[in-house]
Amino acid sequence: MLFDRFDPLKGEKLEIMDKDGRVNEELRPDLSDERIKELYVRMSVMRLADRTALNLQREGRMGTYAPVYGQEASQASAAFLESGDWLVPSYRESGALLMRGVPLSGIYRYWMGDERGLIGIKDLRVLPVEVVVGSQPLHAVGVSWAMKLRGIKSIAAVYFGDGATSEGSFHEAMNFAGVFGTPTVFVCQNNQFAISVPRRVQTRSKSIAQKANAYGFKGIQIYGNDIMAVYAAMKEAMSDAREGRGPRLIEMLTYRFGPHTTADDPAKYRDASELEKNKPFDPLIRLRLYLSSLGMWSEEEEYEIMDAAKTEVEKAVAEAESAPKPSPSDIFHNTWKREHTYLKRQESELLALLQETDGGASHA
Amino acid sequence: MPKLNIVSAINLALDREMEKNERVVIIGEDVGREGGVFRVTDGLQGKYGPERVIDTPLSEGGIAGTALGLAVGGLIPVAEIQFEGFMYLALDQIANQMARYRSRSRGQYPINLVLRLPWGGGIRAPEHHSDSPEAVLANTPGITVVQPSNPYDAKGLMTAALRYGDPVIYCEPKRIYRAIKAEVPDEDYEVPIGKAAAVREGTDMTIVAWGAMVREALRAAEELAADGVSAEVIDLRTISPMDSDTIISSAKKTGRLLVTHEAPKTGGIGAEIAARVYEEAFTSLLAPVERVTGYDAVMPLFKLEDYYLPNAKKIIAGARKILNY
Ligand SMILES: Cc1ncc(C[n+]2csc(CCOP(=O)(O)OP(=O)(O)O)c2C)c(N)n1
Repeated sequence: MLFDRFDPLKGEKLEIMDKDGRVNEELRPDLSDERIKELYVRMSVMRLADRTALNLQREGRMGTYAPVYGQEASQASAAFLESGDWLVPSYRESGALLMRGVPLSGIYRYWMGDERGLIGIKDLRVLPVEVVVGSQPLHAVGVSWAMKLRGIKSIAAVYFGDGATSEGSFHEAMNFAGVFGTPTVFVCQNNQFAISVPRRVQTRSKSIAQKANAYGFKGIQIYGNDIMAVYAAMKEAMSDAREGRGPRLIEMLTYRFGPHTTADDPAKYRDASELEKNKPFDPLIRLRLYLSSLGMWSEEEEYEIMDAAKTEVEKAVAEAESAPKPSPSDIFHNTWKREHTYLKRQESELLALLQETDGGASHA
Repeated sequence: MPKLNIVSAINLALDREMEKNERVVIIGEDVGREGGVFRVTDGLQGKYGPERVIDTPLSEGGIAGTALGLAVGGLIPVAEIQFEGFMYLALDQIANQMARYRSRSRGQYPINLVLRLPWGGGIRAPEHHSDSPEAVLANTPGITVVQPSNPYDAKGLMTAALRYGDPVIYCEPKRIYRAIKAEVPDEDYEVPIGKAAAVREGTDMTIVAWGAMVREALRAAEELAADGVSAEVIDLRTISPMDSDTIISSAKKTGRLLVTHEAPKTGGIGAEIAARVYEEAFTSLLAPVERVTGYDAVMPLFKLEDYYLPNAKKIIAGARKILNY
């Protein structure tokens, strides 16, 4: 069992496919080469979709956006959830949402400043984008606890970063999960930074994975740019959680190739040489090397993959941008279930003003 | 005299006080090498070193709670919380702890610290980056809340806050961080905490605002002047404890008062101001107090945020209501 075999306290880390695409056969998981190819294609779409979002922001067509560039294999972990499982994301989970089947156009629309972009996530058992760092692990524990109490064999996978592990609510979530044995899989994408603050400033622990020990369950540190390791660790963690063996923590070691968000300039705090040193560990490069060694990838085919990805992404952009603008009334009809007479009066006042003048709409 | 924006004015205030008083230290997320996400502490770690400008783990409760301890231990911490929405994670330390420490210890442990919080909407940001929860703080005895509307006040209020002797929450109107440049003296000066200022004199009505809304109030006053209405604009500057006298004497003079703020209407500071005016200037009023505020609904994402926020047009509409009452 991987969680027993790779002890974070001893500095052991799970790697199955190395950066050159070579596979440790002894650890090879039951992931077919066809499935790997499929994952490669989806991760390529993810990367293009992500870069497109950055460009849209620069052109003023999108708001602040948190890129997943470099974290594609870790994000692809969401593809391994079962349909009844819950996905509990942070703000940096566009890739995971995409893998779960959330339409890209909706993801774009949300980051274009329209909450309605994420209507439909409930059917996919995806919780709303959480912007408050570290708050969502508690929600995931609660959701999976409900599954346990109701006798439903579904788990919740919660995504967060290394910085989030400094928040009190992360520790409260880990503790509740341990105490109640909830079927929760904690997925920490350790991309080495919380904005400018490096991982070593967040904790003196050698690993984040070992924190699970303190809460009475198992954690593992894996190379998060290795899709095979991601799959193997997720599979075991989900099965342990599902079968009542308790929560699990997976620390996925990865690296944020891009800025923290579109509002950030990493040159201020990170040497370009550090980025260059990490580039060979790109999660896509190793998949190309692996697949091409099997004759399942070529330069020509890459053009086809990228062409198809481009079509898909462009369609999503067009859909997001042609979606009707929300009406000002939308402000007033989503906060409360029951009619709120005073708010209704506030709405009428705004609408009356908009009829007279444009009430601020000129710069909306 | 150098012309500075609000960001560099706060930076200058911190810099000058750190030069003078080695007990002043800065803590927070990304405040060091990065200089803060809005660059307010830019260059200070380079100048004063990582022992005085300290990047902390990502924990608002941790930042606020240890700031209290640092103050007890004899330092003067300036703690940054990155956005007002994350203040709630520190609220136990703010409301249950730093607000009460003086009282609980009967004066033995005053907490001299400044908590800096970028505040308010209008910057097309994600959720939790656009709110204005000042009323939460004003309803917490023991917490002093200030918010500058211009670079001169930004420096003077920060200097005063650092020497104040009680916990001061220093709200920074992020929408106008870089919007206004003005002359800011390098010399030591304080803008007194607890004093509002009339930033435009008028006789027909009074508009009370603070932070980014002062600019909207001044725009509205300008347009009203074109129609022959003389509006006085009061910049509250300190939200709590509030300078009632300045507001009440202005209300007595003009007979009409409008308050504008970005925060929701119910339980907002506007309600407090209205109550005080009714208590002390009731017979001078020619119309009810008008509130032009955010709505009692969650602040929407930016496609709708300009509808949510008050602006000069809404202020003018409110002004017409009380002028024609
Ligand atoms: C409670 C809270 N504090 C501060 C922020 C501002 N902020 C947004 S992301 C971030 C860094 C998060 O780092 P990490 O958890 O490692 O995740 P990453 O962004 O690297 O994926 C900060 C400080 C926030 N959103 N929420």
